[in-house]
Amino acid sequence: MTDAAQHTMVGALNQALHDALRDDDRVLVFGEDVACLGGVFRVTDGLLDGFGGDRVFDTPISEAGIVGAAVGLAFAGWKSVVEMQFDAFSYPALEQIIDHVAKMRMRTRGRVDMPIVVRIPAFGGIRGKEHHGESPETYYVHTAGLKVVTPSSPLDAYRLLRHAIADPDPVIFLEPKSRYWPKEAGELAFDGPGIGVGRVVRDGGACTIVAYGSMVTRCLEAAARLEPGGIDARVVDLRSLSPLDVELLERCAVETGRVVVVHEAPLTLGMGAEVAARVMELAFDHLAAPVARVTGWDVPYPPAALEQRYLPSVERIVEAAREVVSY
Amino acid sequence: MEAPEHWAGTEPERVLAHDGTPVGDTDVGLSDDQLRAALRWMILARRLDAECIALQRQGELTVYPGFEGQEAAQIGSALALGADDFVWPTFRELAAAIVRGVDPVQYLWYHRGTWHGGPYDPRATRFGPICIPVATQLCHAVGYAIGVAKDGSDAVALGYIGDGATSEGDFHEAMNLAAVFRAPAVVFVQNNGWAISVPTRRQTAGEIWKRAEGYGVPGVRVDGNDVLAVYRATADAVARARRGDGPTLIEALTYRIGAHSTADDAGRYRDPAEVEVARRFDPIVRFRAWMSASGRIDEDGVASFEDDAERFANDVRASLVAEGSPPAEWMFDWAYAEPPATLDRQRREALG
Repeated sequence: MTDAAQHTMVGALNQALHDALRDDDRVLVFGEDVACLGGVFRVTDGLLDGFGGDRVFDTPISEAGIVGAAVGLAFAGWKSVVEMQFDAFSYPALEQIIDHVAKMRMRTRGRVDMPIVVRIPAFGGIRGKEHHGESPETYYVHTAGLKVVTPSSPLDAYRLLRHAIADPDPVIFLEPKSRYWPKEAGELAFDGPGIGVGRVVRDGGACTIVAYGSMVTRCLEAAARLEPGGIDARVVDLRSLSPLDVELLERCAVETGRVVVVHEAPLTLGMGAEVAARVMELAFDHLAAPVARVTGWDVPYPPAALEQRYLPSVERIVEAAREVVSY
Repeated sequence: MEAPEHWAGTEPERVLAHDGTPVGDTDVGLSDDQLRAALRWMILARRLDAECIALQRQGELTVYPGFEGQEAAQIGSALALGADDFVWPTFRELAAAIVRGVDPVQYLWYHRGTWHGGPYDPRATRFGPICIPVATQLCHAVGYAIGVAKDGSDAVALGYIGDGATSEGDFHEAMNLAAVFRAPAVVFVQNNGWAISVPTRRQTAGEIWKRAEGYGVPGVRVDGNDVLAVYRATADAVARARRGDGPTLIEALTYRIGAHSTADDAGRYRDPAEVEVARRFDPIVRFRAWMSASGRIDEDGVASFEDDAERFANDVRASLVAEGSPPAEWMFDWAYAEPPATLDRQRREALG
């Protein structure tokens, strides 16, 4: 039976949590305002009613305690899906994530897995207050022992979250807030590419635009705008920031010879640096132009009135693609 | 100076006076055999601690944090736990570890630089990985306690920390979470007077045990050099947690006779006269005096424990120094349950 229903990312994530709680009675969902309220974005709406307060529960405002408790719960055989309410509020938990969540399997010589998912509404573009629009991915990607993923569409959000919860390794799950509400039609399915696999969301041969999360839609708009001018851009959604799908990056670089990488995070040591380095290492002889980076500026995330002057615009992406193609 | 300054304030719970004279009910629930075992553990632990310092001086360990003076605090509390209870230690709980059945050689892999965290099996021994990030393990203890309670187990989690750790945010977060969830947890603070170079009075202006009231849980101040008092306070807290009545904060007043670690020079910040004062309150001397005066052990008995301790320390040394370097594969074997393809390439490059 085909489910042709329209899904928002919030709805898809909610369904993924629901289905994971249903399929595995060791899964717990907890965090700030996730139970009674259903989360400030309603991602956890209805889970308390469906699964009860033993498995879905509110906690004090205590990010380090939430993640630290998830570590202890893993020793007791539980799989925690915890929510950090916003990107910048995940920082109090960094010590627990870096010192313990990421390292515990290695520190216990493989005896204790950390099947923990840390959900973080991330990135900007929603006219949020300060500390509500940040791109923390590099901190997590640079921490060995973690996996880091971010979906760009509702159907993929469902699939990635199911994979993340099923994964025996800890996963940082970054949810692009600006993509929470747009709808996508189709069937929510676990099957399909998991963690570590990127996908081509638009085919093309003139250049490859690499993005993830919130920026994928903008890159598709840029590709559509480039098409009338004869530039047939391919768009890659990385999905998995760690591990990175380097085979896909290599193939696209070899096939198109020109690469643009786009993200909201500041330029310096952003994902673009890693993508550019990998492309250089793996496909240098096939490159017809230097890799271009279109990113946020190297400044703290600005107020709502200026955020569109900070975020990579469709125009900046189009311009970068034209430059690499005409190089 | 009549006693270390951080022992001032509220009089701690005590069973034996400093000279071993009973000042409370000595029937804390330990049989004579168990009492003799407690004394034996204390003698073994002190001998092992001295051996570890020697091993470090000889280059067989990297840096070693000694625990001389804290034997009663660690052994009294560890003996109060049941088989299913789980310990979440800092990096200074070797005495508690051996009581809990952790292989000291595997434990010392940590200080030998052989492996991080829990070289021993933390699930099988119910002794969590050695934890250096200060107070973070308390959050694990609370999560574990919440988790086993969900499974209907009556197991209890006991987290050790020092006085310095009570200044950390994770101490607060763990205490608060434990209290709100009525987690079956015991937070056991060994207040040994020093956090590296900083005395307790520079960590906190109050008494640590009193913070319990703010969290809505019981707090206890106990003489941490009185093994009977430590045992009783811990056993009471464990029983309370097991009944479902939630966590307890225990402050055990003890003293760090040695430096913070073999890499530290306490002479730079601590008056040696203070250490000489603290030595007058030695936990082993006190317990042995009572055991002896009450007819539970004689000189031959003590001598046999000292012989055991000598053999124990020598066996640990012999096994430890025979250990070679770990294989380089270990760097890659356990980083991920499902390693990324990119890491497999690095593994091949590293291992040739």
